[in-house]
Amino acid sequence: MLDDFLVRAMVAGIGVALVACPLGCFIVWRRMAYFGDTTAHAALLGVALGILTGVGPTAGVFVITVVVALLLVLFLRIARVAGDTVLGILSHAALSIGLVVLAFMTWVRVDLVGYLFGDVLAVGRSDVYTVIGGAAVVLAVLAAIWRPLVAATVDRDLAKAEGVNVAVMEVVYVLLIAVVVAISMKIVGILLITSLLIIPAAAARGFSRTPERMAVLAAVIGVMAVAGGLGASLRWDTPAGPSIVVAAFALFLVSAAVATALAGARHGNALRGR
Amino acid sequence: MNETVLSRDPAVQPQSPKGAPLLGCRDLGVLRDGRWLIRGVDLDVRRGEIVSIVGPNGGGKTTLIKSLLGIMRPSAGQVTRAAGIRTGYVPQRLAVDRTMPLSVDRLMTLVRRASRAEIVAALAQTGSDHLVDRAVQELSGGEFQRVLIARALLNRPDVLVLDEPVQSVDFTGQVELYRLIASLRDRYDCGVLLVSHDLHVVMRETDRVLCLAGHVCCTGAPGDVSRSPEYTRLFGPTAAETLAIYQHAHDHAHGPAGEIVTGDAHNHFHHHGHED
Repeated sequence: MLDDFLVRAMVAGIGVALVACPLGCFIVWRRMAYFGDTTAHAALLGVALGILTGVGPTAGVFVITVVVALLLVLFLRIARVAGDTVLGILSHAALSIGLVVLAFMTWVRVDLVGYLFGDVLAVGRSDVYTVIGGAAVVLAVLAAIWRPLVAATVDRDLAKAEGVNVAVMEVVYVLLIAVVVAISMKIVGILLITSLLIIPAAAARGFSRTPERMAVLAAVIGVMAVAGGLGASLRWDTPAGPSIVVAAFALFLVSAAVATALAGARHGNALRGR
Repeated sequence: MNETVLSRDPAVQPQSPKGAPLLGCRDLGVLRDGRWLIRGVDLDVRRGEIVSIVGPNGGGKTTLIKSLLGIMRPSAGQVTRAAGIRTGYVPQRLAVDRTMPLSVDRLMTLVRRASRAEIVAALAQTGSDHLVDRAVQELSGGEFQRVLIARALLNRPDVLVLDEPVQSVDFTGQVELYRLIASLRDRYDCGVLLVSHDLHVVMRETDRVLCLAGHVCCTGAPGDVSRSPEYTRLFGPTAAETLAIYQHAHDHAHGPAGEIVTGDAHNHFHHHGHED
């Protein structure tokens, strides 16, 4: 069944969406979109180093994103400038360093566009297994730390006072982002990973009254975006990553319109009920 | 440290400690960025006792309770906790991001799970069970405080720690909240430690006041105001029953660098730069 590249792409894409979207909710809640961007952009350097050292791009990306993400956490804690300035600098610096290092490696031919924007055709059998394995690990860990991580997101002090080890939760969470970046790179591309993390989450907000519901809805919307985007990509031969993001954006617009209409109707009913 | 209490009404004397010490600290100090936020603080909260912390902004009130609750790591001294006690923390209003969907019932089970019946029962203790399905972002200051208190009660605390519980509440609401806190002390037979936002006015049921300006400036019982006509006129008869005046008894002044200059017993507030 995995012989068909369409099936491989769909399985991998859906696997990525199922973990990226619930994890992305935390990026939205913690206002960390730039953090996700910076981590993802560092992935290109991981590709280069992975090829250089012979461990392969995916392993290289995982190691580099983990290191960069942990350094960012440390750096943001001690930085004297505003966090978004630091991340704005590092995000583009990381991407540029990766591009420059790759340019020096004249002996390897790298499909740059594929890494930056995703390439469905490049998703091989082993990539599918990597995605399924990575996604399973991320989902299991996320489920295990879900409640304390939500508590730490709502209020660090309250969570600490009630025995949550906030620092450990935050480090584990950053590691999960690094795994998601490593496994989503081939599907949506380095430049667009953040959008898969935050657009479905933002679309789910209007229909949720608890964090859990928002996470599940975000995953559903993410799967729809991947299926729709990949379908369109195959039909019209458009790049995979951008097609998925366009589909996610369309779903976001629809959900925003529906949520606004629902809120308006509820408001109207409340007024009439008086 | 000076333990003298100046009370308007000689009938009101500092009450004797009520029960066993539950939560406290010995010679507690917190050093951050080369500066002592608090230093040499001794405190005990006993069962059935209400302790109010007053003091100027930056005096370390929040630092003290955060250290007691394990949120901040002390740099000197130690926190004392009776074995097996449960603490309930009521923070100031939480800043919950609008992107975070959080209903009141989910806020109640943020760290520990509880059944719907337990949640509603705890909310009923603070008269806020009708809010159970509301989004926390829609709550008023007073409603939010009641929900947060109910949240702390869910764990049946031995000590209830409240950080400026009436700060974002209007005056009538403040009186009601103080009455609620006092009734919870009786109902749960717990110790209560609360930070007061006002330097001179504390809740009437307070057994002991601790004035904190980096160190413990003075402690004592609040004076009774309900029988004083001028305060009754000032606060209104109902409010005077829930509020009390604390007369500071400082025996020292602070030098320019915050060092303690001992001198004759004063009764001045100005040394610490108190705002009012």
